[in-house]
Amino acid sequence: MENALLEIKGLKKAYGEHIVLDGLDLAVDRGEVVVVIGPSGCGKSTLLRCVNALEDIQGGEVRLNGEPVRRDGKNISQMRQKIGMVFQSYDLFPHKTILENILLAPTKVQKRPRPEAESEALELLARVGLAGRRDDYPRQLSGGQKQRVAIVRALIMHPEILLLDEITAALDPEMVHEVLQVVLGLARSGSTMLIVTHEMAFARAIADRVVFLEDGHIVEESREPKAFFDRPATDRARQFLRTFEY
Amino acid sequence: MDFEVMRAYLPLYRDALLLTLRVGWQGVLLAFFIGVVCAVILHLRLPVLRQAAAVYIEFFRNTPLLVQLFFLYFALPKVGLRVGAELCGVLGLGLLGGAYMAETIRSGLESVTPIQSESAQSLGMTRMQAFRYVILPQAVSRSVPGLVANVIFLLKETSVFSTISLMDLMFTAKDLIGMYAKTMECLTLLVVFYLIMLLPVSILGSFVERRLRHAEFGP
Repeated sequence: MENALLEIKGLKKAYGEHIVLDGLDLAVDRGEVVVVIGPSGCGKSTLLRCVNALEDIQGGEVRLNGEPVRRDGKNISQMRQKIGMVFQSYDLFPHKTILENILLAPTKVQKRPRPEAESEALELLARVGLAGRRDDYPRQLSGGQKQRVAIVRALIMHPEILLLDEITAALDPEMVHEVLQVVLGLARSGSTMLIVTHEMAFARAIADRVVFLEDGHIVEESREPKAFFDRPATDRARQFLRTFEY
Repeated sequence: MDFEVMRAYLPLYRDALLLTLRVGWQGVLLAFFIGVVCAVILHLRLPVLRQAAAVYIEFFRNTPLLVQLFFLYFALPKVGLRVGAELCGVLGLGLLGGAYMAETIRSGLESVTPIQSESAQSLGMTRMQAFRYVILPQAVSRSVPGLVANVIFLLKETSVFSTISLMDLMFTAKDLIGMYAKTMECLTLLVVFYLIMLLPVSILGSFVERRLRHAEFGP
């Protein structure tokens, strides 16, 4: 069998006595879109933060292309360039314009020549419908616009995998759509993504595989998202999905 | 009020102002430098250095400048360390101010949420790059009001320089009053000269503040 792009093996994460992830195994193939769902506090976001080593882990390992991703590793900055991450709260740099937000990492980290990086930035901004906002500051944008900029800021690094951490959770409903359209576009163009979300309709539409997480374990995993959402195999998943019905 | 006398005193006050400014600004620069170094040490929690910085800050923040100056000027010579009056002034102001500046800059650094650093690091920046390009610029612009207040405070503190016989504004006024007893005139001039020195600092400060905070907080 071909090696997966991202391999998570026996991942253990605890805050003191409180175990968040308890020996979790998960692999993501190149071009695959994996959606992680589960109740609040089940460890979804922590899982993403462990993948690019924003958290210390207490056991197990994370590998990208077979190379370990370790918080104390010498090459952690290089590894993180290959792992794009978008946060729930956008976390743009408030003191920089939209264009500067996007160009900071390519020019300072990858040392790319500015004109080349800038033309790519403008192309990407146009693709998410924000070409006219290049010289604005983050405070002048709506939440949905900020989140699209955050996606562009991650994309310009040409990551091999994108981690999306509840990227629509802080948005008004009408802004959710514009952000999810961008993500759907990425999925169609073959991006590899590991997505944590509470948008079940979105998960159903975009996922190649759904992972249902609870108490730090994978309870159910399905390569047929439609079947999973219609007829989950486990009682726990069924209960969870029912909470989204009104 | 005897304006003739006041005019005659002007050159003396001008010289005093220049001396106050010279010593004052050197002290302020030293304070800023010490403050940045200490704040970065505290923020990055560098071992050992962090304890040293904390001791330094508490020591100088909790002793009066007057006492620090007396110590530098009168006590150190007793153990064979002679420091000139001007240098004493610069050192005293710098050491006192450094403690204040450190706390102001540190609070600026801590006002930037840790997620900013994480979001920079997730783009492949090292911890130092994230600090330099993302955390520090935001911290400095947020610290500007506090820093300007510190500068004004320090320049006013120069009035205790007269006690180590530096011919600053305060010294000059007291000296002239002692000699000619034109109290009203001398004190009026003293107030005017302090304002001449400090009003531009206030104005420049709010200009810098508007420029630096524009990005984050708008016009």
